[in-house]
Amino acid sequence: MTVSRFRTILYTVVAIVAVGGLADATYLSVQALTGETLSCGGSPDCFKVLGSSYAKVGGVPVALLGAFAYFCVFTFAIFAAFGYARARTFLIPTIGAMFLATLWFLYVQAFVLHAYCRYCLLSAAMTFLLAGLLIAAPPSQRQSGE
Amino acid sequence: MKRYLPFVIVVGVALATFGSGAMLYRAKHEQLQAIPQDKALSGNSDAESMRIRGNPDAPVTLEEFGDFQCPPCRSFVAFTEQLLKEYDSRLRIVFRHFPLSAHEHALEASLAAEAAGLQGHFWEMYDVLYREQAAWSKAPNARELFESYAGTIGLNVDQFKKDMDGEQAKARVDADKERGESLGINMTPTIYINGQPIDPKNKNPEGVRAAINAALAGKPQA
Repeated sequence: MTVSRFRTILYTVVAIVAVGGLADATYLSVQALTGETLSCGGSPDCFKVLGSSYAKVGGVPVALLGAFAYFCVFTFAIFAAFGYARARTFLIPTIGAMFLATLWFLYVQAFVLHAYCRYCLLSAAMTFLLAGLLIAAPPSQRQSGE
Repeated sequence: MKRYLPFVIVVGVALATFGSGAMLYRAKHEQLQAIPQDKALSGNSDAESMRIRGNPDAPVTLEEFGDFQCPPCRSFVAFTEQLLKEYDSRLRIVFRHFPLSAHEHALEASLAAEAAGLQGHFWEMYDVLYREQAAWSKAPNARELFESYAGTIGLNVDQFKKDMDGEQAKARVDADKERGESLGINMTPTIYINGQPIDPKNKNPEGVRAAINAALAGKPQA
């Protein structure tokens, strides 16, 4: 398999994982926007985490920011899969920022809130998977040799 | 065509995400009905009158559908006490049982509150249940704790045990639950001000105060 073909498959997988993350983050965003996270009834596991002050940044639900980040990753990955080299350079800082944010939110859930939201854990798993896939991507030096 | 394909895919996913998000929002957004006039609080029955806090003739009624095992409901208790101080004789608060099936001991807790109410101590049990929520929520046998609370607030514990298993307490809890379900409630706490539901997004101190003030503005004050 050529490097180019491998890269196309890899970025396609990144895009598919990002769509999964986007679906998860969209669901959490809807929960936050409907006020469900302030109540019991919808997702009992989630309200404790998503109803906390850590779930918003400047009044904007973190889940909404997450949905935007996953959508950016999806867009960059699709363009990268179609051979747009510049899109690959945007993927690294985007997934890097998501990775750091995920570490922070895992810390908050484990040591501050002492509660876990399964949808947040699913999102964390997706971000770790995206980071792993990015690391697996062939180094950029090889791009010039294609 | 291949040149435009990534754009088509990205726009397609964006539209699909926005569309499914909007549909989910519509489906999840509580479609609460206002309380019809014929179901408005009368305060005449024993069950209703014992669950009124504040001035029974107040011009504004805050009706809360709550679950004793629900942490946001617990947080709401301190706020309602503050509201009663702020609005004094202009506000009455009514509690309705809405034990969620996801909460293991919520129904038993409602029965305990009703059993205490039958001895005239509904609100004392209400306070204890919310105060000790963290303890009994995780207890394997919450009922033992409820019985100990009954002793602590000075109830006849033998009578309390009988009443918890009795038809009267169950009927009162069931009636509240049915009332809530008929109004489209599916989460707790759900708040009504003078029969009008508060949007879940406004279930915060500012939102509740604004609704009370609006109700007061539309009514002659006591």
